[in-house]
Amino acid sequence: MSEQSRGKAQEFKATERIEAPAGGPGRGPMGGGMVGQKAMDFGPSAKRMMARLAPDRWPTLLVAVLTVASVMLMAVGPRILGHATDLVFNGFIGRQYPAGTPDSELPDAVRGQGVVAGEGVDFGAVGQVLLWVLALYVVAALIGWLGGYVLNGVVQRTVRRMRQDVEEKINRLPLGYFDRSPRGELLSRVTNDIDNISTTLQQTMSQLLTSLTTVVAVLAMMLWISPLLALVALVSVPLSLLVTRAIMKRSQGQFVAQWRRTGTLNAHIEETFSGHSLVKVFGRQHEVETEFARQNDELYDVSFRAQFVSGLIMPSMMFIGNLNYVVVAVIGALRVASGSLTLGEVQAFVQYTRQFTQPLTQVASMANLLQSGVASAERVFELLDADEEVPDADVPGTGAVTRGEVAFEHVSFAYDADRPLITDLSLVARPGQTVAIVGPTGAGKTTLVNLVMRFYEIDGGRITIDGVDVTALPRAALRGRIGMVLQDTWLFEGTIRDNIAYGRPGATEEEVLAAARATFVDRFVHSLPEGYDTVVDEEGSNLSAGERQLVTIARAFLTDPALLILDEATSSVDTRTEVLVQQAMAALRSDRTSFVIAHRLSTIRDADLILVMEDGAIVEQGTHAELLATEGAYARLYQSQFAAAVQE
Amino acid sequence: MLIRLLRDRLGAYRSWVAAVVVLQLLSVLAMLYLPSLNARIIDEGIAVGDTGTILRLGAMMLAVSLVQIVGSVGAAWYGARTAMAFGRDLRADLFARVGTFSTRELQHFGAPSLITRGTNDVTQVQMLVLMACLIAASSPIMMVGGVVMALREDAGLGWILAVVVPALFVAVGFVISRMVPSFRLMQGRIDEVNRVLREQITGIRVVRAFVREPYEAERFGRANDDLTAVAVRAGRWLATMFPLVMLIVNVASVAVIWFGGHRVDDGQMGVGALTAFLSYLMQILMSIMMATFMLMQVPRSAVCADRIVEVLDTDTSVVVATEPVAPDPARRGELELDAVTFAYPGADEPVLADVSLSARPGQTVAVIGSTGAGKTTLVNLVPRLFDATSGTVRVAGVDVRDLDPALLWDQIGLVPQRGYLFSGTVRSNLRHGRADASDEEIWAALEVAQARDFVAAMPEGLDSPVAQGGTNFSGGQRQRLAIARAVVRRPGIYLFDDSFSALDLATDARLRAALAPVTTEATVVVVAQRVSTIRDADEILVLEDGRVVGRGTHDELLVGCGTYQEIVASQLSAEEVGAR
Repeated sequence: MSEQSRGKAQEFKATERIEAPAGGPGRGPMGGGMVGQKAMDFGPSAKRMMARLAPDRWPTLLVAVLTVASVMLMAVGPRILGHATDLVFNGFIGRQYPAGTPDSELPDAVRGQGVVAGEGVDFGAVGQVLLWVLALYVVAALIGWLGGYVLNGVVQRTVRRMRQDVEEKINRLPLGYFDRSPRGELLSRVTNDIDNISTTLQQTMSQLLTSLTTVVAVLAMMLWISPLLALVALVSVPLSLLVTRAIMKRSQGQFVAQWRRTGTLNAHIEETFSGHSLVKVFGRQHEVETEFARQNDELYDVSFRAQFVSGLIMPSMMFIGNLNYVVVAVIGALRVASGSLTLGEVQAFVQYTRQFTQPLTQVASMANLLQSGVASAERVFELLDADEEVPDADVPGTGAVTRGEVAFEHVSFAYDADRPLITDLSLVARPGQTVAIVGPTGAGKTTLVNLVMRFYEIDGGRITIDGVDVTALPRAALRGRIGMVLQDTWLFEGTIRDNIAYGRPGATEEEVLAAARATFVDRFVHSLPEGYDTVVDEEGSNLSAGERQLVTIARAFLTDPALLILDEATSSVDTRTEVLVQQAMAALRSDRTSFVIAHRLSTIRDADLILVMEDGAIVEQGTHAELLATEGAYARLYQSQFAAAVQE
Repeated sequence: MLIRLLRDRLGAYRSWVAAVVVLQLLSVLAMLYLPSLNARIIDEGIAVGDTGTILRLGAMMLAVSLVQIVGSVGAAWYGARTAMAFGRDLRADLFARVGTFSTRELQHFGAPSLITRGTNDVTQVQMLVLMACLIAASSPIMMVGGVVMALREDAGLGWILAVVVPALFVAVGFVISRMVPSFRLMQGRIDEVNRVLREQITGIRVVRAFVREPYEAERFGRANDDLTAVAVRAGRWLATMFPLVMLIVNVASVAVIWFGGHRVDDGQMGVGALTAFLSYLMQILMSIMMATFMLMQVPRSAVCADRIVEVLDTDTSVVVATEPVAPDPARRGELELDAVTFAYPGADEPVLADVSLSARPGQTVAVIGSTGAGKTTLVNLVPRLFDATSGTVRVAGVDVRDLDPALLWDQIGLVPQRGYLFSGTVRSNLRHGRADASDEEIWAALEVAQARDFVAAMPEGLDSPVAQGGTNFSGGQRQRLAIARAVVRRPGIYLFDDSFSALDLATDARLRAALAPVTTEATVVVVAQRVSTIRDADEILVLEDGRVVGRGTHDELLVGCGTYQEIVASQLSAEEVGAR
C-alpha cells in the first residue's frame, strides 16, 4: 500500500498547485487584467493592512516625505528646462535680426521676451539654468532612491512580522480548526496569500504615493504655466479613466470566462493524467482527446477575446496621450505665435501632459492588483482572528506525568455541538496496563486518545492523569511524557537520524541508535546507501510505508514516555512487516501504560483491558477471555475475525 | 529550448506574426513621425508666426495619431491571436504526447508534474509570446527608428546617443544582473518557508504530541529571517533601478539642450529640431527600458519551455506494431507470461525476474507477496502499460506487442489498486467500461460488485454525481464501483490489482461469490495481500523481490512454501491455520 499512500500525497500536491490562486504565472499581461478574488470588505481590510505598518511608522512617514519631495523636484525640472529652451530660442531669433532692430519688428512670439537683436544665445545664462536643473535632478534621484530603499525595508519587515504572527497563531489554534478547514486551503492562506500581500505592498505602496503626488504636482505646474492648456489637458483625465474603465469592464467579464475555461480544461487534464492507465485500458483515449480539443478550442476563443480586449488599454491610452499632445502642440503653438506663451513653456507643458496621463493609467491598472492583495490580506486576517486554544493553566510546579494512571470521569465530548460523540464515559487505566480499544470506524476510538493528549477540550466531566486534572497541567508537561504513534506516518524532510531524534531534543547518538535498534529501524537503515544520513523526502517516497512507520515508532521510543498511545500504527503495512512492527511496539509497551487502537484483534489479545466502543460509548470491557465468554459484541467481532479488518 | 519551441511552433502562424510586425512598424513609424511634425510646427509655424501652417501640421499630427492607434490595435489583435493559438497548439501537442505514454513514462515524470507542465508552464510560455508580440516587436523598431529619426534631425548630436544608449544598457543591465540572482535566491527561500509551514500543518498532531512547538517556531523563524534578508537585498536593487534610469534620462536631456543650444547658435540646427531630438531620445530610452523588462521574463519562461520540450521529446517505450495481428477469437481470454523480466533502465535489480504463468478462461490465478514484490508491475504488463524487458506476454495466443492495442484492451477489465473514478455520474463511469451498456446491465454489474445497495439508496441512483477521482465516495464504495466498471465490460481477462483490500471480509466474500458465475468464461488474475481473498484460486504465485518463490494451490503452498507459510501465519493465528 505504499504506492497508495504516495499516490494520495501526489494527488494532494497536484490539486494544491492547480488551486493555488494567481501566484505568478497566469496573470494577465503587465500584471493587470487578472481578475483575482475580490475582497469582501475592502475598506476595513485595507485599513487594517495599513495599521500593520505601525511598528515602522517613522520610516513610513520618512518614505512619504521623501517620495513627495522627490516627485516635487522632478516636477519642477521640465519647467526650468523650458527656460533653457527659451534662452536658446531667443538667441536663435535674435541672431536672425541685425543688431539694433527695434522690438516691434520681432515676431509676436518673442516680442518682450528679452530677445536682443543681433545677439546669439547667452550661454552663460543657459549654463547657469542647466546647472540648476542638473543639481535638481541629482538631488531628486538621490531622495527617490533613499525613499525606495527605506520603503523596501518597511515592506519586508511588515511581511516578515505577518508570517511570524501566522506561525505563532498556528501553534495556538485548536486542532479542531485544522480538522475543519481543508488542508490545501489553509496552506494556500499561509503561503500564496502572504506572498501575494508582499508583492502587492511592494508594487503599490510606492507607486500609489508617487502617482498621486505626481498628478497633483504636475497639475499645479500646468496651471502655473497656462490655465487654458491645463484645462485642455484635464479633459483627457476623465476621458482616459472612462476608456480604461469601459475596457476593463469588458475585459473582466472575458477574464472571468477565461479563468473558468482554464479551470475546466485543467481539471480535464488533471483527471486524464491521473487516470492515465484506466483511460488507456478502457480505450477512452479518443474520447478524452475529442473532449480536450473541444475545451481547448473554447479556451482559445475566450482567452483571445480577453487578451485582445485588455490589450486595447495600452493603445487607447497612447492614443489619448497623442491626442493630448497634438491639441497642446497646436493650441500652444498658436499661443506662442500670439506671444502669450513662450516656446519653452509649451515644451515643458508637453512633457507635463506625458507625465500626467501615465500615473493615471498606472493607478487604473493597479486597481486589480490592489483588490487581490487586499483579498489575500483579508484571508490571512481571518486566520489570525480565529478562536484560540484555552491558555495553559497558570499553576507553576504541578507535577508531570510519572506513573501513568489515566482516569476518565463522566466525560462527554462533541466535535460539533449538535452531534454529541462521547457521552458520560468513564474508565480507569492503571499504571503499566495495556488498554486496547476496538470498535468500528466513527465509534470514537481516536477521539478518546486525542482527549488524553488534550488535543481537544472536553465538554463535561474530567480526565485525570496520576490524579491531576489534565486541564490543570501545562500542555507541554502533559504531552512531554506521552509518546504517540499515529496512523499517519508524518516525517519531515531531513535525515532518518534527525527524524528519530525529533522525539527528544538533545538525545545522544547512542540513544538514537539504541532506539533504532530496539524498533527494527536499524535493520533496514543498513540497506540504505547513506544509512542514517538518508534524507527522507517530503512525500517519504524513498521509504516504504512500513519503514516510515518504524521510524515513527523509534521516535516515540526515544522519548521514553510514561504513557504510550498507538493509534492504528500498523494499518498501512503488509502483514509480514506488521509482525516486525508488532515486536517493536511490544518492546515499547513494556512497563508503560499504553493505549492501543487496533483493527486486528489478534494483536491485542494479550491486553490487560479491552474496551469495545460503539457510537462514542464503551459497550463492553474486560480481558479477551472474559469478553469471549460473554458472547457479546467483542465475541461477534472476533468470530468474523477479519470482518472489522480494513474498515472504511 | 525556448527558441526552438518558438521557431517550430510559430511557423504555422507566419502570416499572423508578419501582420504583427507590419502593424507594429506602422504604429511605431507614426509614433516617430509625431515629434518631427511638432518640430516643423515650431520651425515653420511659430518661428515665422504662420498660424495656417500650425493648423495644417496639427491636422496632420491628428491623422498620424489615428494611423498609430489603428496599427497598435491591429497588432494587439494579431498578437493575441498568435499567442493564444500558440498556447492552444502547444497544450494539444503535450496532451497528445502524454496520451501515447506508457505507465513507465508517466511514472518517470509523475502525474502532478505533467499536469503542471500542461497547464502553468504552457500558460507561462504563451504569455511570453503575447508580450513579445505586444512589446518586444515594437521595441527594436522603436529604437532603430528613433536613432534614425534623431540623426535625421541633427547628425551632429548623434554622439550623445552613442554615449547615453550604451550607458543606459550598462546601468540597467548591471542592476538586473544583480537583481535576478537575488530574486532567484528569494524564490528558493520562499519555497523553504512554505515547506516549513506545510510540514507544520500536515504534522500538527506530531508536533504537538512531542511538544516541539518551540523548535518548529525557531526553525520557521530562521527560514523567515533568511527570506527577509534576501528579499531586502533584492528589493534594494529594485529601488535603485527607477531613480538611476531617470537620472540618466534627465542628464541626457540636459546635455541635448546644452550642446544642441550651441549648434542652434551656430545655425547648424533649428530649435524645432532640438525639441524633436529630445523627444526621440526619450522614445529610444523608453524602448530600451521596455525591452529589458521583457528580457527579464525570458529566463523564467525558458525554464518552463525546457520542461515542456522534455515531455515533447520523450518517446513512449510502448510502441504500437506497424502491422498489428488480430487475436484469435477462439482463444479469447487466454493469458500467458513466458519468462518475463522487467527492469527500469539503470536499475540494479529487476522489478520482476523470470516470471511465467499461464491461464485459460474459467481459471483464477492469484499473486501474493509483500509490498514492493512486483505484483502491480506484473498486472500492468498484460494491458501493455509497460513492456517486458525480456520474455513474452501473450493474450489470446498472440504476443501483446503484435496486437492492435484497441483489440488488446477490449479483452481486458482492469481494476486498479486505487479505485479511481472519473467525474460524471455513476452511469457514465460504468459506461466507461462499455459505452453501450443498458441500465439493466449496469444494475446487474453493480449487483455483482456489491454496489447495488448504496447506489440504489442514493436519491439520484445511476445519475448520482461522481466528483473527480470519486472523492465523494468512500474508499470501499469507489473500489466496488471500479469493480462494477470492469464487470460491465464483460472482458476476457479480469485483472484485480489488490482491489479487495478496502472491503471488509464479509463483503469481500459475497463479492467473490457473485463474481464466480460471471467469470466462468473469463480468466481472472487476482493480486492480493490477504490470504483469505485468494485461498480458493486455481493457482497462487508467491512473489518475493520480483521472483516467484512458490506456486500451487493454497494447500500445496501451505506445505511446500516457506514464504507463503509466513504470510499465512502473520494473518491467521495458529489454531485458525489448523482449523481451516
